[in-house]
Amino acid sequence: MYTELFDKISFSEAKERVLSKSKIDIESALHSSHCGKPLNFEEYLSLIHPTADPYLEEMARLALDWTKKRFGNTISLYMPMYLSNECRSSCVYCGFSFENKIPRKTLNESEIRAESEILHSKGIRHLLILTGEDYSITNLEYLRSAVRILKSYFDSISIEIYPMDREKYEVLIEEGVEGLVVYQETYDPEVYSNYHLRGMKKNMRYRLDAPDRGGLAGFRRIGVGALLGLSDPYGEMFRLGEHAHYLSKKYWRTTIQISLPRMRPAQGEFDKTIFVSDREYVRFLFALRLFLPDSGLVQSTRESIRMRNHLAGMPITHMSVESRTDPGGYSGGEELKQFEIEDTRKIEEFTEMLRKKGLDPVFKDFDRAFLQVPDRIV
Amino acid sequence: MAESDDLIIAGRRFKSRLFLGTGKFSSGTSLEQAIHSSGTEVVTVALRRVDLSSTEDDILTKIDRERILLLPNTSGARDAEEAVRLARLSRELGGGDWVKLEVTPDPVYLLPDPIETLKAAKILVKEGFNVLPYINADPILCKHLEEAGCATVMPLGSPIGTNQGIRTLANLEIIIEQSNVPVVVDAGLGLPSHAAQAMELGADAVLVNTAIAIAKDPAKTAYAFKLATEAGRISRLYSNSGIKTSKQASASSPLTGFLEEESRNVHGVI
Repeated sequence: MYTELFDKISFSEAKERVLSKSKIDIESALHSSHCGKPLNFEEYLSLIHPTADPYLEEMARLALDWTKKRFGNTISLYMPMYLSNECRSSCVYCGFSFENKIPRKTLNESEIRAESEILHSKGIRHLLILTGEDYSITNLEYLRSAVRILKSYFDSISIEIYPMDREKYEVLIEEGVEGLVVYQETYDPEVYSNYHLRGMKKNMRYRLDAPDRGGLAGFRRIGVGALLGLSDPYGEMFRLGEHAHYLSKKYWRTTIQISLPRMRPAQGEFDKTIFVSDREYVRFLFALRLFLPDSGLVQSTRESIRMRNHLAGMPITHMSVESRTDPGGYSGGEELKQFEIEDTRKIEEFTEMLRKKGLDPVFKDFDRAFLQVPDRIV
Repeated sequence: MAESDDLIIAGRRFKSRLFLGTGKFSSGTSLEQAIHSSGTEVVTVALRRVDLSSTEDDILTKIDRERILLLPNTSGARDAEEAVRLARLSRELGGGDWVKLEVTPDPVYLLPDPIETLKAAKILVKEGFNVLPYINADPILCKHLEEAGCATVMPLGSPIGTNQGIRTLANLEIIIEQSNVPVVVDAGLGLPSHAAQAMELGADAVLVNTAIAIAKDPAKTAYAFKLATEAGRISRLYSNSGIKTSKQASASSPLTGFLEEESRNVHGVI
């Protein structure tokens, strides 16, 4: 389990390992990448270091080259569907936090169908379903029922919900779920403890090992991520790289994806966000691409239009589009969103931008024939 | 070299990363000298060649089992059943729990059978053996063997006894990158430079037999392999430091120019 690796070094030691890197380490790492080798972990840490900034253009060229070699000129598109904003956990930075007195909603079957029909009509075949952390309302049976409906509309269904036991993951895979996404939020135990006040989410270690349980259950894709802005970004990037690398080596049948969301405004009064500049954010993404060239790098609509336009295909490979972060948001109705999104472009406008860049927007690259589930019914 | 750079296999620690095979030596004395000058701590012997129950076996008497791991191999086995039988016999006769698994139905090129090797590995691991399988350089097979619980994987550099060096480069690179157990490049290494190359690639150890056993001076050649193995390891760990890279960035920064837009915007606001 990842926690065994995690326990070997503290968060502050991890941060210091990054900051101990020098210019010569950075140049050596870039040399490896020029030689066609994926970076090793120490080399990856070098490129996270702020001293790597003068080499950003070189990193960009390498990132573009690696992305093209491994993913071609394609961008996989997906859309999120929030099934529920019910939450029993209190995470101080999140709009869904139990403490926030906002209207709560969980989609029923007809509402799920209504949302699905809208997304399906837009051509989307990759769906990410999300819930808050209310284990009683969005329980396993609720999720199974939802997936039974959704698989009539979508070829690939991934979940971004509360962490589960392996056995429950197995049930969902059998039902037709292909991918699992578990953002750790922060890998800093102290900050984690301070920002997750109540609820099951307070159990950091259970969350840390959720991707392992997903790997053992047999998900085909597993996504991990850190929410940049909660703790020291160098410590977070050490851990995230370590975690993704560990998972990709251990669960070799599973594709690992990485996401680097930055904090966005949300309901509540959280005001301790640690600023991560565009330059830093881009440097982190380039370092990840050169370290893990086969991992999908996912970018959501949290980021600005400018950033998304420039990073598509270099190094980003998977993007959400036209997202709503509130349950029932695509069908209209109340505003119950988890956080503010930045890129509000319609799917047509976004795909036109991709095509102008010479990128092919991919709506479908998975088929449920891979899974032993009933055929499409619509 | 760093103090922590020992090779660990199935919990046992080794300083040397050169394994030695014992076939084809002209005499027990020649073998003994090669063992000594190679500095090896792992010596593999064909179960069909030795009498494990005897204290006077010519090969076994040359191996100081206090210092050196005797690694019995199942060479000659044509399928899983034969390999498992040989391994069990070895343990019964005091050969210990370690076994180099070789299943080679083809008597000409002695290429390993992946299907039978995996089958035998699963059985032997369950029976408590530390299994070190000799295989073709097949990355997916390596992952299956790792999942089966093997202590290492031992992909070949080129067909056994051919001295062709590393002809499986692309696959070895993948194996080394992906493996969670030590990778020992076995077979085909004909020159010390081949051993150095394997170690530079990132192999955890190499196994050499023919190139040393049939050399004009096996002891001197074994010493050359020892140095080459160490040189390759040091090179892997340290030699990239300080190499200057060519700067491809152009003044106009076409790929990251958008970040400058951000700076200008920020300044504009201020």
